[in-house]
Amino acid sequence: MRSADITKVTSHISHNEALIFERSQTGRIGYRLPPLDVDETAIDEIVPKKFQRDDDLEGLPEVSEVDVIRHFTRMSTWNYSIDLGMYPLGSCTMKYNSRLNEKVARIPGFANLHPLAHEKEAQGALQIIYELQHHLAEITGLPGVSLQPAAGAHGEMTGVMIIRAYIDARDGEGASANRRTMLIPDSAHGTNPASAHLSGFSVKTIRSTAEGLTDLAHLREICSHGDVAGLMLTNPNTLGLFERNIQEICQIVHDAGGLVYMDGANMNALVGIARPGDMGVDVIHLNLHKTFSTPHGGGGPGCGPCCSTAELEPFLPVPRIVKSETDVSAGGGATFRVDFNYPQSIGRVKAFFGNYGMMLRALAYIQTHGNDGLREATEAAVLNSRYIAHELASDYEKPFDAPSMHEVVFTDKRQSRKGVHTLDIAKRLIDYGFHPMTIYFPLIVQGAMLIEPTESVGHQELDQFVAAMRAIAREAVDDPELVLNAPHSTRIGRLDEAAAARKPVLRWKPKQAASAG
Amino acid sequence: MVNVPEDLHYSKDHEWVRVEGDVAVVGITDYAQNSLGDVVYVELPKVGEEFAAHESFGSVESVKAVSEVFSPVSGTVAEVNETLNDEPEKVNVDSYGEGWMIKVRMLNSGEVDSLLTAAEYEDFTKAETE
Amino acid sequence: MLHQIGLHSAEDLFASIPEELRLTRALDTPAALSEIELLAGFERMAANNAASQRASFLGAGAYSHYIPTIVDHIISRSEFFTAYTPYQPEISQGTLQVIFEFQTLVCQLTGMDVANASMYDGSTALAEAVLMAERVTKRSKVVACGAIHPEYLEVVNTYVQHAGIELKHVAFEPSSGQVPASIAHLDDRTAALVVQSPNFFGCIEDVAALAEQAHNAGALLIVAVTEAMSLGLLKSPGAAGADIVIAEGQSFGVPLSFGGPYVGLFATRDKYARQIPGRLVGEAYDKQGRRGFVLTLATREQHIRREKATSNICTNEGLIALAATVYMETMGRRGLRDVAVQCAQKASYTSRRISEIEGFSLPFSAPTFNEFVVLGPGNAAELLSRLAAERDINGGLALSRYFPDRPNDFLVCVTEINSRAEIDALLDGLADIAHSSA
Repeated sequence: MRSADITKVTSHISHNEALIFERSQTGRIGYRLPPLDVDETAIDEIVPKKFQRDDDLEGLPEVSEVDVIRHFTRMSTWNYSIDLGMYPLGSCTMKYNSRLNEKVARIPGFANLHPLAHEKEAQGALQIIYELQHHLAEITGLPGVSLQPAAGAHGEMTGVMIIRAYIDARDGEGASANRRTMLIPDSAHGTNPASAHLSGFSVKTIRSTAEGLTDLAHLREICSHGDVAGLMLTNPNTLGLFERNIQEICQIVHDAGGLVYMDGANMNALVGIARPGDMGVDVIHLNLHKTFSTPHGGGGPGCGPCCSTAELEPFLPVPRIVKSETDVSAGGGATFRVDFNYPQSIGRVKAFFGNYGMMLRALAYIQTHGNDGLREATEAAVLNSRYIAHELASDYEKPFDAPSMHEVVFTDKRQSRKGVHTLDIAKRLIDYGFHPMTIYFPLIVQGAMLIEPTESVGHQELDQFVAAMRAIAREAVDDPELVLNAPHSTRIGRLDEAAAARKPVLRWKPKQAASAG
Repeated sequence: MVNVPEDLHYSKDHEWVRVEGDVAVVGITDYAQNSLGDVVYVELPKVGEEFAAHESFGSVESVKAVSEVFSPVSGTVAEVNETLNDEPEKVNVDSYGEGWMIKVRMLNSGEVDSLLTAAEYEDFTKAETE
Repeated sequence: MLHQIGLHSAEDLFASIPEELRLTRALDTPAALSEIELLAGFERMAANNAASQRASFLGAGAYSHYIPTIVDHIISRSEFFTAYTPYQPEISQGTLQVIFEFQTLVCQLTGMDVANASMYDGSTALAEAVLMAERVTKRSKVVACGAIHPEYLEVVNTYVQHAGIELKHVAFEPSSGQVPASIAHLDDRTAALVVQSPNFFGCIEDVAALAEQAHNAGALLIVAVTEAMSLGLLKSPGAAGADIVIAEGQSFGVPLSFGGPYVGLFATRDKYARQIPGRLVGEAYDKQGRRGFVLTLATREQHIRREKATSNICTNEGLIALAATVYMETMGRRGLRDVAVQCAQKASYTSRRISEIEGFSLPFSAPTFNEFVVLGPGNAAELLSRLAAERDINGGLALSRYFPDRPNDFLVCVTEINSRAEIDALLDGLADIAHSSA
């Protein structure tokens, strides 16, 4: 295929779907309500005029139901998605999202349940939270679990606040004030320092070694200062490498009076194989939308459970969902209870119980796979990544020799000599029908391409991906312009992001208002 | 080829200074704008704010990076280049001219002598790229 | 494949993990279930949620509204739900244009200039608004006024506990249910005044008057809206002078789902756009001049500014924002007002009729939208429990859950889905039960 030959079909009606506001026609409606069936009162008597809108909701769309269906269906065709093909976005674990899990989340007994329903009348819902907590404790080896955080970064914030609360309680307010440093490796995700900052910590960066692992000497040196509250470590790290010195790392931090928080973004490399709790980790967050296959939804919702040692359990967010020790149902009590009585808790991090719909899906994932299936998924995810690492090493620079886990990092070092950079390779990959890998992350690797195939691709599709990457490597030599101007097969070309950021247009406005403003 | 005008003074943080009496005009160098890429936003201080030498007075943003900018000399901000609010691209297009950022009324004009000359700065950037 | 890459067994894949750390046993999680078994198990547990199956007048931050059928159909398209954050704009224009429309709709309804691509929910959006007010004003005191959702306040407390922000509370005025006329603590150190309208008791606050008070002190006014449907009828917080508006968007096409996932709406003035937390989508053009959309002003965010970012948020509530967008567009200009008016009419009818029952009264005098507090003749929790058991109706929320000093009060919410028959059954039930226990 010579994608340069493809002409972009801009006259196709589905490619030119306007904004809904531009489609709007006065008087169109797409809904019907039953007639009001109670005695009507003048609206001004219910809500005084001065508290009512006086703009008649001008500017909001007026469209029919079929307008809406076509509008969204057309826009949907402009998206790449997991269901269309391999989506090897490193660090994001874009695995298959089972339809069965969607069905489970839509069972009316869950979907129609109000979060403030009395606990006795929501026993099924609470049982699901309890069971998922139980399974995640087993998978991580960390017994204290809160499912309240809504996403990975939210779980990080929760974990770091737990460290802070624990140290404050252990050392007393005065002494703990001298322990306000959070250590974060230079390869970490940007949410780590942002979350540490929210908990009132200042961040010190730990260097990585030439082989891509945490620099133990640097860690020891910084830990000797006596002000370290903890370390935030991703394992396997964002280079896809297992921190094989993890026990020693935990020991160094513990000896210095700090705690170890593990960013569980990469748990898809470990489920059923090794447990953070056994490594010496004190607290971890998981991403149900990564490891446990809840859909990414175009950017969420996620769910970021926080799992901790028994020692840190009193500090987890409230309320906790607990099971009564004895059979209380005979006396009218509830088996599964919403328990607020944790005086040392960091508090609530979200209203109600968290992103409950994601918990249903994750529990269904665990039940569908079974314990052996969870381990097999991990093996397949690592094998697929290792296969790509092996097959692409002849065409792309692989900056680290250590064997990769579930994801592998390459760079554009060879291609950049011809002026073809990571961004161009990523864009060209689109023409071959793949979603690009994560690019320019981790920041410590120049021109990084972080590839995570997940377990949801077979041998044949991996080979197609490898073939596409090799073809691009050849094109970078033979026909760099082809790569530099990619993608050629999409509805629109590369967008001018600089112009967009200089004069941001962040919402639609009616024509006349736009020119006046 | 990187442009390094002869008549200016330079800092190792890649700012330039043009001395006009007791006022220092400050901007970022051609080398700096080139490595930043398309500048999309410049955050500048208010007139009257005081800065010590090498203290951050604002930041320059490209689409995917933020860099702090540092005052090469100590003093009080006498004027800021308001046109950069609407046309930050001037930092790319004319970094030594219309892309200037602030004018500082210097506390100690002797500080300028400790900055790099054009030749020294050119060597410095060469060393940095290697 | 193993052999192709020079390995012999699956165990070899994990050679970089020290042997003593590798599990030598199977995980103690259940064995695999078939689809039939799995569904049966979940159905059994769902049947154990009695509260999901009856007429309900429960609101308090999570609302039962009619959801047009097409909402679930559209969010079930795999092009939307199996995509991720639109990092590659050329193959993410569907998601990007949806977010641009979402931002626009949020601005229109709240009366603000700029809205982000979503927050986790209303409660965390409020916490982020408080942190933003501190950044904008460089002041460190925040005054939370009147009846704000207690769980929202708990979340704000958690977020600000290490941010050097002093959080002050001003109690509601006990006869009106609103913020008192004179607000203590509001001074030149105050970053923001926080109010909720309609507030936790359903009372509509005089946002314009509060904006004036906040602005006179040089503080921002943050308005929280937990019942977004009210925006179809009530003056927008923006028109009343708010500086930051946050809302829980669950009312717009999102099922109750035991508390989540929901979607936080976050909007502010143009001049604060660079201080906003979370993602923003903006218009952009390609070389041929074709319009598209991109993630923009990304330098505010954690992946670039790290500990100096405006927030740590990364994954937000994309798919729920899509559901809300489909809802707002389907209902449209007419529907959003029609639903809001039906809510207000039905709640007005219900409150009037309850107040006519002997022993029941309305303790607060402020105008309300679709929720109101009822003072009953006895313990509200017991009354509601009997109503559920004997009449199969969730009559509302006993306020004692959050306000132990109000044992006889309960919060009733009425929306367009509560039929006249349900409402009359509630009225009968309240009258009969109160009478039988008197």
